[in-house]
Amino acid sequence: MNWRLFVGAALLLSACSSTVPHNTGVYLLVDTSGSYNRQVSKAEQIILFALSRLQPLDSFAVARIDTASFTEKNIIAKATFDDRPSTANQQKRAFASRVQKFVDESKAASYTDITGGLLQAIEFLNEKKPGRKEILIFSDMKEELDKGYVRNMPLDFKGFEVVALNVTKLRSDNFDPREYLSRLEAWRVKVEKGGGRWRVVNDLDRLDGLL
Amino acid sequence: MFMTSLLTITPWPVLSAAILLVLLIAALYLARHTAHQAIHAVTSALARGFRLASHSVAHAEERLAARNREVLLAAGRDAKERMVEREFARIADTTRKDLSNYPDMHRRLSEAIIRIEEDQEKAVEVPPEAPGWAKAVEVIAKLDARNAGAEILADIHKSMLKAHAEAMVDYRKASGERHGLLRKMMPDWRLIQETLGRVNKSVASVIERSLVIDRHMQDYETIVHGEDRALSVLSSSSLVHFFVSMLVLGVATAGAAVNFTLIARPMAEMVGGTNFIGVFRTADIAALVIIMVEISMGLFLMESLRITRLFPVIGALSDKMRVRMIGITFAILLLMASIEAGLAYMREVLLQDELATNALLRSDSTGALVNAHLWITTMAQMGMGFILPFALVFAAIPLETFVHSLRTVLGLMGIGVLRALALILRVLGNGLRHLGTLAERIYDLPLFVPLWIEARFAAAHALPPAIEDESLQEVRP
Repeated sequence: MNWRLFVGAALLLSACSSTVPHNTGVYLLVDTSGSYNRQVSKAEQIILFALSRLQPLDSFAVARIDTASFTEKNIIAKATFDDRPSTANQQKRAFASRVQKFVDESKAASYTDITGGLLQAIEFLNEKKPGRKEILIFSDMKEELDKGYVRNMPLDFKGFEVVALNVTKLRSDNFDPREYLSRLEAWRVKVEKGGGRWRVVNDLDRLDGLL
Repeated sequence: MFMTSLLTITPWPVLSAAILLVLLIAALYLARHTAHQAIHAVTSALARGFRLASHSVAHAEERLAARNREVLLAAGRDAKERMVEREFARIADTTRKDLSNYPDMHRRLSEAIIRIEEDQEKAVEVPPEAPGWAKAVEVIAKLDARNAGAEILADIHKSMLKAHAEAMVDYRKASGERHGLLRKMMPDWRLIQETLGRVNKSVASVIERSLVIDRHMQDYETIVHGEDRALSVLSSSSLVHFFVSMLVLGVATAGAAVNFTLIARPMAEMVGGTNFIGVFRTADIAALVIIMVEISMGLFLMESLRITRLFPVIGALSDKMRVRMIGITFAILLLMASIEAGLAYMREVLLQDELATNALLRSDSTGALVNAHLWITTMAQMGMGFILPFALVFAAIPLETFVHSLRTVLGLMGIGVLRALALILRVLGNGLRHLGTLAERIYDLPLFVPLWIEARFAAAHALPPAIEDESLQEVRP
């Protein structure tokens, strides 16, 4: 009789335990092309902010956007934080040191393959299966592809939130602001057409709403 | 729309309205008796229903009051029995303590008394008196032997002086011995005095306890007889116990909350920080379970010590088993308190680790500095982690009082609610009866014209017989 009760209680507990994941997956793309490479130190600030916000079992990856971004080689650092808070802290410290190294050694790329980076981000986060999927793009959002790179394909952003951070205005944007606005609009349409949510955060002092 | 169409039954709306009014009044007048009956039936039925419900609730209130009285008296009886039992136990302890020494005390007293008797007897013995020279002197003095008598008397005088001197020496020696014996008696007297003093103290203690028992027994008798005074005292003390125990339980809950805060964070290291059972974190549940287990152990410990009586099974265990249970529960408590102290230390370590990580992530060099007095908070946390489980043990006492007084308080509240409900139902019943009468009057209000005519008509019909009577009365004389 007692073992039946025990089994019943165990079943009840297992039924009560939540199977819906509560964790967050964050993929941060850092544009290293041309003059935007100078902004990398700002990206470090965002990475550290994200690290301070992320909890155990959350996944975080930082990748660079360069000429060919659809590759694992572009991932600078990635981690799925351990369930134990102390181990998660150690992982965060190691992550921060890898990012620091990247910031110190970052070199400007010739082209900007944002779509490739997004594809890589989607693939990474879909593999991790987190409860919430965030793609952060630290870029001016101006895509420049090298010859031979095909990126005009639909992207599946279902369940993703895409946040463009620090979208700086280019010199040409100052001449014709419509270029800047149309660029952002094009990305918004692309993301929302793919089923995702689009957001732009330019004020890096107000990152509270992020994550 | 309907009204408009009704007003068009004649070309003149006013006339139409007047006709309609007359028809309506006529209809109401014709249906008056039936309407009155219906109103009366409905309101009477409702009033009866409410009155019945009120009686039923009042009856339930009486039953509850009786039950509450029984429970209160039983609780009071139980409490008094416990008090008397405790007093008897104290008397038994005192008696056992004193009676265990009684044979020894008795022996010492007897020995002291025997020694005193012997010494007294010895002290009573006096040296023999000098020989009876007085009679010899008298005889010789009567002899007519001239000078020979004087010589004899002189010899006798000499012998008497000598004998007197010897007797005095003997007397002094004997007195000295007697004084010595009396001096020897003094420790024995003191021993007897001290022993009797102790006996007196014990007897006084027993008398004092017996007075307390008498008082308790008087209270017990009033409770057994179910006197109202006893009931009132028990009821008020039950309410006081309820509020006091609630206050203390509130303090204990706050202590448990502090305890929870101490161990919830480090529990995440053991069971993971992101697992959920329902909407609650597994780490929080684990911490809560540890605290609950500690409280349960505390309860069992208190039960085993017979300080509380929430579980009759534990109280009925044999003394040997109870002592074993005390040992086991105390050992588990000690173990858990040690674990908590460790977890409290771990909490501080984790906190520092997290602070250092956050400082690094904020690029804040000051955050990583170690406070020189950090050990004080660490030690304080560890101390609290160790002491709180033991402090929570004592929550069993107010818990027992709370549980026992809760029954009475709920009973009193139930009586109050039922009494109020009965009153409301009675008021509603009476109100409905009057409401029926009022409804009948309101119904009659638009019918005042036909009713007035009816009254006049009835008066006119009732008048002729009266006149006949008067005429008859006039004829008779």
